[in-house]
Amino acid sequence: MSQYVSPKFYQTRSFKKKSKSLLITLLLAAGSIIILSPLWWMISTSLKTPAEIAQFPPSFMPVKFQFSNYLKAWQTAPFTRWTLNTLFIATCGTLGSVFINSIVAYAFAKINFKGRNVLFTIVLSTMLIPGFVTMVPQYILFSKLGWINTYLPLIVPAFFGSAFFIFLLRQFMMSIPNELMEAAVLDGANHWKIWWHIMLPLTKPALITVAIFSFTGAWNDVLGPLLYINDEKLYTLQIGLQTFKGTVQTQWHYLMAMSVMVLIPIVLIFFFFQRYFIEGSNISSGTKG
Amino acid sequence: MKPSQSVHVLEDKYIEKTSTAADTPTIAKKGLSKKTRENIWGYLFISPWIIGFLGLTLGPLLFSLAASFTDYNITSTMNFIGLDNYKQMFTVDTLFWTSLWNTLYYVIFSVPLTTAGAILLAVLLNQKVYGMKIFRTIYYLPAVLSGVAVYFLWMQLLSPSAGLVNTFLGWFGIDGPAWLFDPKWTKPALLLMKMWSVGGGMLLYLASLQGVSQQMYEAAEIEGATAFQKFRYITLPMISPVIFFDLVTSTIGAFQIFQEAYVMTENGSGGPSNSLLFYNLHMWNNAFKNFNMGYASAMAWLLFIIVMALTVFNMKFGKKWVHYEGGDKK
Repeated sequence: MSQYVSPKFYQTRSFKKKSKSLLITLLLAAGSIIILSPLWWMISTSLKTPAEIAQFPPSFMPVKFQFSNYLKAWQTAPFTRWTLNTLFIATCGTLGSVFINSIVAYAFAKINFKGRNVLFTIVLSTMLIPGFVTMVPQYILFSKLGWINTYLPLIVPAFFGSAFFIFLLRQFMMSIPNELMEAAVLDGANHWKIWWHIMLPLTKPALITVAIFSFTGAWNDVLGPLLYINDEKLYTLQIGLQTFKGTVQTQWHYLMAMSVMVLIPIVLIFFFFQRYFIEGSNISSGTKG
Repeated sequence: MKPSQSVHVLEDKYIEKTSTAADTPTIAKKGLSKKTRENIWGYLFISPWIIGFLGLTLGPLLFSLAASFTDYNITSTMNFIGLDNYKQMFTVDTLFWTSLWNTLYYVIFSVPLTTAGAILLAVLLNQKVYGMKIFRTIYYLPAVLSGVAVYFLWMQLLSPSAGLVNTFLGWFGIDGPAWLFDPKWTKPALLLMKMWSVGGGMLLYLASLQGVSQQMYEAAEIEGATAFQKFRYITLPMISPVIFFDLVTSTIGAFQIFQEAYVMTENGSGGPSNSLLFYNLHMWNNAFKNFNMGYASAMAWLLFIIVMALTVFNMKFGKKWVHYEGGDKK
């Protein structure tokens, strides 16, 4: 390689391409720092002393890491109980969501019943109804059933299907060729068996996507528990954290420590199951099915 | 996934007991035509959704329409009061107008900002540069984080004196505003928080960008098209169905802003000068603080009508600019 670079090189396509991709990389790297800095700020604040948080200008790295903040904050409120409550609700809801939406989606994808298209249009149009419109009557319904201060209003609706998941699973099932089912039909298998033995195993990636979306949805849900749960023992993490603020006032080191704890499971799920998040987006943007 | 294998398993299992179908005696009965059986199976399978739709969507929708003409407050009997709730909303309740204005402000800014931001980010993240997978992960990460923890984080970030945002602005000699404490800056503060998670929409566009054929760009390059021309005349039309989908859903979503305002304004007080009293927050306070269910139902129905009207507008207007491949407009 010669040391000398001809001035003409700077006008070549290859140079332009290279400098363009360098520029984009730098831009994306700068953006990444901006995107990640709030999370760093959260972790760093959670490890500071109150005095260091109040200091001006603020420090980016704690002088001394106060890991004890986490322990103290965790013990200040029943966080263990709240975690178990949240896990219970999220798990039940996820199970219902995976099986019910799958069976409904199967019918819309593979069974030729009368009125199928009209009903599927109705499914899609329910996605356009703002949830707040039905919130008041649902609350009245659940309170008449005596379900206030129980987990039923948070779990039971998951067993009645969700338009988005039905749509997502149906799109996925449409891409599965009917030939795979025909052999089973000839053998006399009914739809229940085809769904259980053929469809469920074949749609596993889409089912995992649904499971992840409904689990993280339940984990992050603020509105439901806020509306239906009054008893502190029954709180979920979101509501627990919300009331925790009243307990510790403006002790931001404790608040941030517990916020980090609440976000960790979601971050872990995200890193381990990243491709399923992408799968979900692919299906809803219409590149599949 | 080994489809052939699972079919095989199934064959082995059922070949000897084809005629039993013990768990579904009514349906397997002879005499029913194939068509009838398919109908029964279909409705049986979608029955959870039908029950849910009737009991949790359509029923409540009609109930709240009826309740909106009453003074229902959950404990008393329902008294028909005609259009009084609606009259009060439009003429007496000044907070109603505040909440509607706040919500419109948020929708008008958040929908175009997040859409444009997501498209721009997707275009950048669709280039072939080193470490792209890591970049995509980083930009998408905030989209999966939500809930009270994130709102607390942003309250801390937006703290006027020692927050990260104002510290950052300070480096450029900008004296940052008081954000959540200044009525003029509360809504921009929420928009800033919203922009942090713009990666969620980005993923949608990225998937669609990857479906655009490279040949079109190559052909355009031979014709000497600039980068902007390629974006304007190839990329935008090709991803327009996704833009449309995103616009419709994010408009509906933005109208429902509630949680962040509730958590960040001390249990739904509405923030300084009610600048964060959004429509749903006002509805929530009426329904669950004052137990004015009738009035809240009227508000719910008005929201329903506004959102439906906007969706219909989006769909009508969408026909003009959404490009469907093959020219078949749906």
